[in-house]
Amino acid sequence: MNIELFFQYVVAGLTYGAIYAIVAIGFNIIYNATGIINFAQGEFVMLGGMTAVTLNHFIPLPAAILGAVLVATFVGALIEIVFIRWLRGPSVLRLIIITIGISILIRETALHIWGESVRALPYFTGTSVTSINFRGVYVSPQVLWVIGISAVIVVFLTLFFNHTLLGRQMRACSANRDAARLCGISARNMVTLSFMLSAAIGALGGCVVSPITYVHYDIGTPLAIKGFTVAILGGLGNSTAAVAAGMILGIMESFSIWVLPAAYKDVISISILLVILFVRPSGIFGSAETARLKEF
Amino acid sequence: MKAKHLQLLGFSLVIVAIQLLTQFTNSAYHLTQLTMTAYYSLLIVGLCMLIGYAGQISLGHAGFFAIGGYISAFLTTHDLSPYKTKGIVAVLAKAGVLTTRPDLYGGDLLTVNPWASCIMALSAAIIVAYIIGGPVLKLKGHYLAMATLGFGIIVYRIVLGSGLLGAADGISDVPSFRLFSGIEITGRSSARVINYYIAWGLVIAGMALLLNLIHSRVGRALASIHGAEDAADAMGIPTAQYKLKIFVLSAAFASLAGVLLTHYNGGVGPSEASVMKSVRYVAIVAVGGMANLWGALAMSLILNYLSLRGYFGTFDDAVFGGILILIMLFAPGGLLRRQILRDIRHIFGAKGKDQGGEAA
Repeated sequence: MNIELFFQYVVAGLTYGAIYAIVAIGFNIIYNATGIINFAQGEFVMLGGMTAVTLNHFIPLPAAILGAVLVATFVGALIEIVFIRWLRGPSVLRLIIITIGISILIRETALHIWGESVRALPYFTGTSVTSINFRGVYVSPQVLWVIGISAVIVVFLTLFFNHTLLGRQMRACSANRDAARLCGISARNMVTLSFMLSAAIGALGGCVVSPITYVHYDIGTPLAIKGFTVAILGGLGNSTAAVAAGMILGIMESFSIWVLPAAYKDVISISILLVILFVRPSGIFGSAETARLKEF
Repeated sequence: MKAKHLQLLGFSLVIVAIQLLTQFTNSAYHLTQLTMTAYYSLLIVGLCMLIGYAGQISLGHAGFFAIGGYISAFLTTHDLSPYKTKGIVAVLAKAGVLTTRPDLYGGDLLTVNPWASCIMALSAAIIVAYIIGGPVLKLKGHYLAMATLGFGIIVYRIVLGSGLLGAADGISDVPSFRLFSGIEITGRSSARVINYYIAWGLVIAGMALLLNLIHSRVGRALASIHGAEDAADAMGIPTAQYKLKIFVLSAAFASLAGVLLTHYNGGVGPSEASVMKSVRYVAIVAVGGMANLWGALAMSLILNYLSLRGYFGTFDDAVFGGILILIMLFAPGGLLRRQILRDIRHIFGAKGKDQGGEAA
């Protein structure tokens, strides 16, 4: 393998890693607010990509993406209000099964609306054959869009959680729900907001990657499980680490094609998930001391 | 006569009644789907034991089903005659586990015989269950769900990606499984009635085994684990061991179902390993009332039959998704519970502790 090819693999890995990181951040936002792992997280990505493709038939690309993000945000809010909000002290098993049920319903609805065909948005700049040459490594401008937008999302979230009242309220709720409520924060609204935020981020991610990876109704579950792998790898709830973990998983996956047939790509990443869960459930960046106090 | 014997007898009568009904109404073709339902039910009662009694969720049981089905299908269809004289094949031939049967083109096909392949498939599933069960069952809640889901997807991806296993087409032309001379598991319509009874007979035997297990030392240990795991641990009950044993037992049920259904259908495809199948099994256990073997069996009989007859049309998966949500929202203790009245009061009264807490 020459050095150009090596970097070509790295770039491909970073692209996929970025989308895994986006899904993982979505997991983290809801997990931090509620302690729920939302198994329908991958469906938001699918929903965003599919809606944008449909809207793009009628309105220009930026408006279509905005529209798709709004639709997904609305669906996220709807899910929380209809299914989660009124449950009192539900058990983990119950929440897992409910979110799995939701993911099936979204997927089946998408199947009936859009059918089984594979769709994609047009490239944001240039076409599928445009590429930028960095010293022999060819990079599609869309890859830069994916990585750029992921970076923007991370920066935005960091600013949001650290410097806005709303973001701080959400953090307060995840740190101590009762104390936050005593301070006059509506914990319930914060949960709804967390679903909206993670749906919006997922949908935006779905729009940005769709020219490269394509979207169809069935991409949600694999994305969810890889997003979860990344979330675990980085330590559940830690979004900055999730980005790093996403890149690691993306690059590992992209090099795995070199060793094993591409059909086994998912096998590699899920095996990584299992190994991490067995060996170090606190994640590679998490501290072992805090892990000892948690239940896995 | 104890209650469980009466129940088993009652269920056997129901099975006979259904067969007689199809006989008299001249609709014996229903028996095909009912037989397939029986094999799925075998998996479901095993899973019910794991989820309801041992309190451990598994979203990967279609994986064990597929391990059973695929190994058996592969061994009984893969022609070994080119290696006839080579090491391991020669040993197998000496041991009498190989059979010769004519293939489509008149040539001879040397394959493993169904009894041997069934045993190999079961052992493989049990070994896999032991290996992954140890570390997986240390996990709880989300982590357990994701790990088992991950296992299911790995099996799915492997069967879908391996050319040797037929990739997206699966394996077809699986021979019938001759149990004794004259009795075989096959999809041929001439053997429909006998196959119906073989399948349901197995389910009833499985139920008898599980019911005995529940009312034994193991069952009481499981109940204590379910009630308060730490307390059970402190009492000296080897909780991890019991959980693992039930996990392996349920995996064995699933793989046996996979082996037999594959012989009955004459083939197996990757959809049997899909995540949706695993979720469907969990949905049926949930509707049946989690810790309620009879409930799970009854719902499995009804829902699998309706689904296999195609009553849900293109909404097949959506129906099971919808069922999951509705049950978990309104009756987390399951539909078929003894205290249905209390449930109704619980929903409208909105007072008291969440019933779903029991199932965690």
